[in-house]
Amino acid sequence: MNANSNLIRYFFDLHIHTSLSPCASDDMTPNNIVNMALLKGLDFIAVTDHNSVGNVEAVMKCASDKDIVVIPGMEIESSEEVHLLCLFKTMESAAQMELFVKKHLPDIKNRPDIFGEQILYDEADNIIGYNENLLITATSLSVNRIKELADSLGGIVIPSHVDRDSFSIISNLGFIPEDLDFNIIEISKSISRDDVYHKFPYTKKYKVISNSDAHELYQISEPEEYFELSEKTVDCLFDHFRKIK
Amino acid sequence: MKVKELAEKLNLKVAAGEQGLDKEITGVYICDLLSWVMSHAQKGNVWITVQTNINVVAVAVLTEVSCIIIPENIEIDAKTIEKANTEGIAVLASSFNSYEIACGINNECKF
Repeated sequence: MNANSNLIRYFFDLHIHTSLSPCASDDMTPNNIVNMALLKGLDFIAVTDHNSVGNVEAVMKCASDKDIVVIPGMEIESSEEVHLLCLFKTMESAAQMELFVKKHLPDIKNRPDIFGEQILYDEADNIIGYNENLLITATSLSVNRIKELADSLGGIVIPSHVDRDSFSIISNLGFIPEDLDFNIIEISKSISRDDVYHKFPYTKKYKVISNSDAHELYQISEPEEYFELSEKTVDCLFDHFRKIK
Repeated sequence: MKVKELAEKLNLKVAAGEQGLDKEITGVYICDLLSWVMSHAQKGNVWITVQTNINVVAVAVLTEVSCIIIPENIEIDAKTIEKANTEGIAVLASSFNSYEIACGINNECKF
């Protein structure tokens, strides 16, 4: 029997912000995100707020009785101002990563009038608080250190929107450092894979994925990007990540 | 002026790349976005940047800048120092900020 015959296409969007990210719309609540992702026909979504996992558990709980898998994560900003998607198998690992991040965030209070509110929700979309510390800023962790820490927690690091002119590993560091063994990189929705390959030929050696980086509900991806997996589980997805070379 | 003379005059600490100290200085370039530096820095420039990632060495080799100056006593990654030694790119460290360093260079040599 063909080993691949049991593989099924599962659609994903692994870069979604909730209202905890000050730049995201207040409509990005756990139920709105999960239901919109279901309507779109997605199988896997990742919650990736800036430097915090504050709303991840609420989204996971909200999705627990639904046919969609929520991956806990964060979009961490390195000391070089590079955005990195860090995804984890469990909420516990993601929370451990957040402890490192918290220690390396500057002590700057959020100014909601400038940056927007950083809203914390429960799984029923009730506001349970606000994160007062400004999240949308650089940590003092280098790209290398973030990679090491995430690896040690069994996570995966995907450089965000590498094609963008700001907050991208290519724009800030000139190119993707060879010593960091990334296997997946993310491009934004505003560019095609072919254009990225043309502009940065060495990106061909990476698995290139495209996520929404949704800050508004309507931006959540259509079912276009997929992985072929044997099961719709976190374990299966992470096994797949590790096999990509 | 050579990198070595500038380092002495501005009291810069040589953090790596001693072999590169004899290079001639032809100007100054200040920028931290490495993609921008790659396409704009000129051969012989003193390049001042707060970035200390290993990629700064590769960008310095590519653009043929005369040396790199890291301001404000920013800690330099061990891998960056190692690479700079291998490539012969002088990496100089200063307690002053980029503006102050640039003013210091301007006092010593006009470009």
